[in-house]
Amino acid sequence: MYQHTRLTNNNFTFFQKFRNFDYILLICILLLGFISLATMYSTDGGKILFHTKSHFTKLMIFTMMMLFISFINIKLWFSIGYLSYIVVVGLLVWTYFFGISSSGSKRWMNLYFINLQPSELMKIFIILCLAKYFHRMKLENVNSVYTILTSLIIILLPMGLVIVQPDLGTSVLIAVSGIAVLWFAGINHKYFIYTMLGFIISLPFVIAFLKPYQKLRVLTFLNPDKDPLGAGYQIIQSKIAVGSGGIFGKGFLKGTQSYLEFLPEKHTDFIFTLFSEEFGFVGSVVLLVIYIIIIYRIIAIGANSRSYFAKLFCYGFGAAIFVFITINMSMVLGLLPIVGSPLPIMSYGGSSMLATMIGFGIVMSARVHSQQLIA
Amino acid sequence: MINSSSDNVKKLNSINRRMFITGSLKFFIMIGIVSRLFFLQVKENKKYLTLSDKNRIREWKLAPVRGEFHDYFDNVIAGNFEAYQLHVIPEQVENFKYVIYRLKDLLELSDSEFKKVLKRKKEIKPWETLIVSNNLSWDKFSKINNHLYDLNGVKPVISISRNYPFGDNFTHIIGYVSQANEQDIENTELIKKNFVPGLKVGKIGLEKSFEEKLIGTNDIERYEVNAYGRRISQLEFQKGKKGKTLKLTVDTEIQKLANELLKDKAGSICVMDIFTGEVIAMHSSPSFDPNLFVFGISQDNWQLIRNDPMKPLLNKTLQGRYSPGSTLKPIVALSALENGIINTNFTVRCTGKTEMYDQTYHCWKKEGHGYVSLRNAMKMSCDTYFYEIARKLGVDKLSETAKKFGLGKKVFDNLFEIEKDGLIPNTQWKKNALGKGWLLGETIITGIGQGYIQTTPIQLCLMTAQIANGGYKIYPKIVIDDKDKIKPSDYYTPLYKNSKNMRIIQDAMFGSTNEVMGTSYRSRIDNPKYQFAGKTGTAQVKKITERERELDLKTSEIPYEQRDHALYIAYGPYVNPRYALSIVVEHGGNGSTTAAPMAKKLFKLIIDRHEMRQSINKKKYLEI
Repeated sequence: MYQHTRLTNNNFTFFQKFRNFDYILLICILLLGFISLATMYSTDGGKILFHTKSHFTKLMIFTMMMLFISFINIKLWFSIGYLSYIVVVGLLVWTYFFGISSSGSKRWMNLYFINLQPSELMKIFIILCLAKYFHRMKLENVNSVYTILTSLIIILLPMGLVIVQPDLGTSVLIAVSGIAVLWFAGINHKYFIYTMLGFIISLPFVIAFLKPYQKLRVLTFLNPDKDPLGAGYQIIQSKIAVGSGGIFGKGFLKGTQSYLEFLPEKHTDFIFTLFSEEFGFVGSVVLLVIYIIIIYRIIAIGANSRSYFAKLFCYGFGAAIFVFITINMSMVLGLLPIVGSPLPIMSYGGSSMLATMIGFGIVMSARVHSQQLIA
Repeated sequence: MINSSSDNVKKLNSINRRMFITGSLKFFIMIGIVSRLFFLQVKENKKYLTLSDKNRIREWKLAPVRGEFHDYFDNVIAGNFEAYQLHVIPEQVENFKYVIYRLKDLLELSDSEFKKVLKRKKEIKPWETLIVSNNLSWDKFSKINNHLYDLNGVKPVISISRNYPFGDNFTHIIGYVSQANEQDIENTELIKKNFVPGLKVGKIGLEKSFEEKLIGTNDIERYEVNAYGRRISQLEFQKGKKGKTLKLTVDTEIQKLANELLKDKAGSICVMDIFTGEVIAMHSSPSFDPNLFVFGISQDNWQLIRNDPMKPLLNKTLQGRYSPGSTLKPIVALSALENGIINTNFTVRCTGKTEMYDQTYHCWKKEGHGYVSLRNAMKMSCDTYFYEIARKLGVDKLSETAKKFGLGKKVFDNLFEIEKDGLIPNTQWKKNALGKGWLLGETIITGIGQGYIQTTPIQLCLMTAQIANGGYKIYPKIVIDDKDKIKPSDYYTPLYKNSKNMRIIQDAMFGSTNEVMGTSYRSRIDNPKYQFAGKTGTAQVKKITERERELDLKTSEIPYEQRDHALYIAYGPYVNPRYALSIVVEHGGNGSTTAAPMAKKLFKLIIDRHEMRQSINKKKYLEI
């Protein structure tokens, strides 16, 4: 094949690397960043207050960081695949013992300049780890008991550490990220079907073990009008906000639901609600299209990568981002129960943005070094 | 290498196939989300827009301005005044503790009042209004205004409130207003609709009966509020409508005189126009000051009113059921004449007592009146004569006439919910109510207005008016309404069979007041302009024992509760009569000495004011 002729791109000049950038992806990410800033400005009531400033700073730093990561050879990411996973697991353990408690859960570790949520990082590094794990594996070994058990342990370990925080939402998203990689790696589709069936059958038992507040969320999802001022409040107010937005929205800074503080968690999980209220159906679809382009570019980069590792990571990351977006949107649109899951880039929150930007950075690096072979 | 590359190809095929499956799945999920967005934002948009407005827009209703009551000459008898109030919005006060203690000093609040204010403060949200004082005197109000520099967040407010300028004069007619309670809200739809905290509604009297006309409509302020109910901005102010002002037929001057005459006595006076049925005055004594109730009556004042032995809370004109005593005699006589039982020449010999059915019936005059005809019997109020004609007449015929003239049923229909029917007994009634047969002895005492018979003072007044106008039916009214409910054909239906009989009764009543030996002769007015005809009555409240009869005690020697009720009915001027009245003084002793002199004073004033009343009438017709 072309391997040998293209090997020269091992040592790209800075300028060449720059040319290899996926500018569509970059523009979409910057556009998203801009939209998120505007929305954050609106959550602050049309003033540049704490959330806007903080979001802007993070956006700047993490975008820079993403660009920096893009220039790092994808090989390096391959080599630290396991290490980074182990480090994040270590952080999770640290958090379990020394984390900061807030509203009943221990999710954050105090790094003085930022409160880091290691579980968010795990969403990305589990993909990295599993991509490395399956990179060299022969297809016929993929479905061996040993492989499956190992990969399950890789997934279940951080999941367990996150569940005890407790943070069901994030642990589910970690699992989804991991499972996405397993799927692309070629694990027999029967296992997925069996697992799905098993999950559905065991659902009633799972619910029995849920914490009371989690049970309430499920019940509320099924019937939000039962307790409109209590548990159902978030879903109802969110639906009112989105629904009242109409086709073209109420206008920038004119979302009464958020402006008058009817919307809960409007900076974080419910940011899409505010956006949708102010920009309407048209705005929401535009936002969705931007996300779809981003995901499409990620997949395209994966498809054009020569290395299996890069492919696996891009596909896995693309699927994960897709799931993050759809779960968040389904939740605020009342299609799923409320689980804490931020909307990538849009939501306020440093750890989530950090993780997403690292992901984008690695994808971009895969693009820049698309012809890089990994032994 | 070949091996590994073929494996690579397989791996690539697998991953690409799976990517394709995932891609399709993503596509469907995306369609799902977009259609959900479409459903919420386009299809259900209206519903959620309404919900969002419901979220953000709050209405604040302000208390409506209540309609007034005017008397016949358009004097305000229940009006609105500007109450000086002091409002504090706790969150706007920097140092609430300082301000509230400062206010306590300035307003000289008692400890219990102060505690109430603090308790209310705890109950409200910090941005809601705390009413520190709801009716300040002007002195205190201006004092606060002078200290405002020191009282951050304190708002002196002028609010509209009910006021009764004539104090206790009209209490039993118009009643009073007070804060609406749950029952008021539940029972009246309009109160529910207009309800705002602190809304005052009629509790008794016309204030209650005409609640729906008086209440008016709220001013409405629409505000945009946030999720915590804090007002953000005013969107709209909708001015309400003041309640309807009601004009009454009463004359304040006469009402005031009635109040004065009954001062320190328990009883009732009512005056009526004998042609229009307009009530000129209607007073029940003792009365109380309705202004006490407007901002909630204090416990002390309430106990004072409630425990008064003269029962100020009772509207004696409408609720008081009294034996009519001798004031029934004109009806007994009329009934006997109408039924052809007697004629004017019929004579009875009165010896002071008479034996009938093994019972002794006494005339009020121990020595007896000798031979008396109808006219003299009425004039001197001879009981023996009326025992005799009652016996001949029978209770059923008597009750028929009495009912025809308005006794024994409500005069104002449902206008006053407290009004009582009274009771005009007959044989049928006794059988139904008591399950016993009628005794003839009972007929005899009914002939002098004793026994089962009970009438209210307003009924006696109506009866007198209908005798005075020559025996025609009238419909008493106290509120001048735009539309009369009574059909014109119902006016002035004759109540008599023979109008000559009416004249005989009128003449006898004239004699009773204006001729020597008449029971109210001493209260007569000789000037034909004021001359009136009347009939005294003295109603026993208990059976007089033989021993007491022998003692023949003076009124002042009998314990208050056992003294007779004094009654008087009259109409005047005798020539061209226009007004009728009834007076009842509870435990007043004797009708001729207690009640009749009041009529003299009343007629003077009533007739003096007749011209004025007529001029108002003329003006009214000219305007039409």
